[in-house]
Amino acid sequence: MDNAILRRRRRELWTGLVVLLVLILLPLPIHDVYTRNLIIITLLFAGLAQAWNILGGYCGQISLGHALYFGVGGYVSSLLYVRLGIPPTLGMFAAGLVAGALALVVGWPCFRLSGHYYAIATVVVGEIGYLLFLNWDFVGGATGVYIPFNGDSWVTLQFRTQKLPYHYVALAFVAVTWLAAWVIEGSRWGFSWRAVKDDVVAARSLGVRIFRSKMAAAAISGFFTGVGGAIYAQYVGYIDPDSVLAGNFSILIALPAVLGGVGTLWGPIIGAALLTPLSELSRSYLGGSGSGVDLMLYGGIIVVVALARPQGLVSLLGPRRRKEVPDVRPA
Amino acid sequence: MTETLLQAAMSGLLMGLLYALVAAGLSLIFGLMDVVNFAHGEMMMLAMYATFVIWQATGLDPLLQIPIVAVVMFALGVAVYRGLIARALSVQFNTGMVQIFVTFGLAIFLRGAAQLVFGGEFKSITSSWLSGRTVHLAGIYLPLPQVAAGLVCLLAFAALLLISRTEFGRALEATREDRDAVALIGIDRDRIFALGWGLGAAAVGIAGVMLASFYYVSPNVGANFAVIAYVTVALGGFGSLAGALVAGLLIGEIEALTAVVLEPSLKQVGVFAVYLLVLMVRPRGLFGKL
Amino acid sequence: MSALLEVRGVSKSFGGVAANVNITFDVAEGEILGLLGPNGAGKTSLFNAISGEVTPDSGEILLNGVRVSGLGPVACAMHGIARTFQVVRSFDSMTVRENVMVGAYARTPSPAKAMAAAEEVLDFCDLASRADRPAWSLSPPEKRRLEVARALATAPKILLLDEMLTGLTPTEAQGGVQLVRAVQQRGITVVMVEHVMEVVLPLVSRAVVLNLGQVLTIGKPAEIVRNPDVIKAYLGERYAAA
Repeated sequence: MDNAILRRRRRELWTGLVVLLVLILLPLPIHDVYTRNLIIITLLFAGLAQAWNILGGYCGQISLGHALYFGVGGYVSSLLYVRLGIPPTLGMFAAGLVAGALALVVGWPCFRLSGHYYAIATVVVGEIGYLLFLNWDFVGGATGVYIPFNGDSWVTLQFRTQKLPYHYVALAFVAVTWLAAWVIEGSRWGFSWRAVKDDVVAARSLGVRIFRSKMAAAAISGFFTGVGGAIYAQYVGYIDPDSVLAGNFSILIALPAVLGGVGTLWGPIIGAALLTPLSELSRSYLGGSGSGVDLMLYGGIIVVVALARPQGLVSLLGPRRRKEVPDVRPA
Repeated sequence: MTETLLQAAMSGLLMGLLYALVAAGLSLIFGLMDVVNFAHGEMMMLAMYATFVIWQATGLDPLLQIPIVAVVMFALGVAVYRGLIARALSVQFNTGMVQIFVTFGLAIFLRGAAQLVFGGEFKSITSSWLSGRTVHLAGIYLPLPQVAAGLVCLLAFAALLLISRTEFGRALEATREDRDAVALIGIDRDRIFALGWGLGAAAVGIAGVMLASFYYVSPNVGANFAVIAYVTVALGGFGSLAGALVAGLLIGEIEALTAVVLEPSLKQVGVFAVYLLVLMVRPRGLFGKL
Repeated sequence: MSALLEVRGVSKSFGGVAANVNITFDVAEGEILGLLGPNGAGKTSLFNAISGEVTPDSGEILLNGVRVSGLGPVACAMHGIARTFQVVRSFDSMTVRENVMVGAYARTPSPAKAMAAAEEVLDFCDLASRADRPAWSLSPPEKRRLEVARALATAPKILLLDEMLTGLTPTEAQGGVQLVRAVQQRGITVVMVEHVMEVVLPLVSRAVVLNLGQVLTIGKPAEIVRNPDVIKAYLGERYAAA
């Protein structure tokens, strides 16, 4: 069978493959440590944004407290390694599972809340997570968890002499989340979410099980965000509530997806590719002494892009983006 | 122990009135046009800086500054609406998300601007008419600035209620009920929105003035109060002024009592837990109509 | 033929206004049943009760002897009750094919199977040439057919058509009639709400006429047309005397 949908899906896969190849080769001619780090962080955020996109973009549940899953994932994998010696290559899956389960627990009561109430509930849940971890001695409280370096190894995902392996770990992460988004986009759930967004009454009349599909989105999104947290913890070698659970981080995860284009395959990637270097570079060059200019620039860009390209930057790539239907229908 | 609890309960009440006023401004804007102003905390921060700067330059007591700052904030609210929000509302795609992130971007921008202009150190108003004085009531000591803050916020809240009963208030209500139909009866929607923003900003501005009289001023102070503000609005119910008052008082109390019963660093957890519990039972908040 | 759908004493009020009062009738398997009546007779409200959007205040609705009233629209869809909407509710961000696939996904989780099922339905409803156009770009009669196609993709036992032929030109209406007959030949029972008498009466085997929330009469088209109460309900007292 061949039709326009299958052709488009194949094209997307090929494009993904090409981009992957480019990214595999990208760091080889670059030897500057700062740039390499920048690319690694960008890749990580791209993956996190894509994971967020599954719940916030495709499924339409705008979570502003996603740092919770990131932080929990980071803590689970770090504590498993530091306290029980379980290597992060295994620990990251545990991290993902715990984060995914947590997302289900949060989603179950919260999904019946509409729009803004849901968004604020996610903020609150995120804040509760932050405060609890801050005051919980078992996880190190405000001091956090320090991950001792035990030599370069692919098993423990620790590399100090060279950062290059981290690039490939981060790349694998974003590639897998991208692929997950691709699979989901064409799956029954992907269709369910789009139907519900367009017309919830019609969707229900066709048997779409809304709640169940939302829970699926939450679990998958939470899982990948947790895995990202585990990778981040190993990369930085240290986590504490302020770095992985703070409310600001939730925004940093969601922003690339929103500005890049929610509910699209490439939106989060493009968004991260623009925003992460922007925030890192402006912090280094403009914000060093706490001058605040970097924040002004960052905030300004957000406003400008949101107003100028509400459908996301991804719309600059090609006019034949499917979702270009204006919100003209009455709510 | 009872004295400490009573003490906490009273100061919780006063803080609650402040939260109520902040929430009222936010609720007003939301009820009007379905926009959650994520820069609300930063607007309060600006009002606090304005109060500080005026005090530092002229020695004018915060209490006297209320009308000045209120007017300035009103103008700021209108400017933000005209410059940004009106544009965000007229966007063709993803309107809901655009307005969330436009106000977020504004919040970040304002934080950076405050940092640039004033630096990151904490500032505070060290001497005003009321600072350092306390009210002694039945064994409880309440700092006078906080008491004044509570009273002023209550008065401002009452003023908002009064306005809601005037013709302007009814126009606001009508616009909230049916945004599209009001044009047919000659209500200029755009003007109402701008005025709504102005009022909301003025309300949070007054709260900011009073807060500055006993709390430190820094670029991030808005962010600290922001979450409580959103929770207050959501708990009370978006669009309900009465809800903002009840929720504000409730949250002020819970926060203060949790600080005493558990520990200060966990005070917000108590608030959040209650908030989530209420939402489970009433998904639209205590008095939510929207 | 046995009764596929049984409506037993269904009543529903909205805020003090009685929309349906004690409605009872059967729908035989394989028939095309008309649901007629003037405006405000309670037809749409009854449809909403059968399709699960609304729960009756009293009475029950059975599909193949199984109670479906009060289960909600999703459960009713899974039991085999499909419907179209009077004002077309297409998924405008999707193509025609994708719209139909949403319906197909009710019966299978597999993208390949859903795609194949949608392909078949699109051919059946003569929408294959439009399959990859965005749903919003369809002409009005095509949009009606899309509603039907989407509902058919859920492999229903009974299809409720809400004013599918209203507002169409005679040629378009004939196309619609042919589609309904083809649906019946697929083995799907049809209940149609219609206003356009001259189009629907030749199509249905029986009709239930509602007036002011109650069942006025049930019978064959020829009987209904001559029934003085029906004429009075539609046209008023003056014409009945004539």
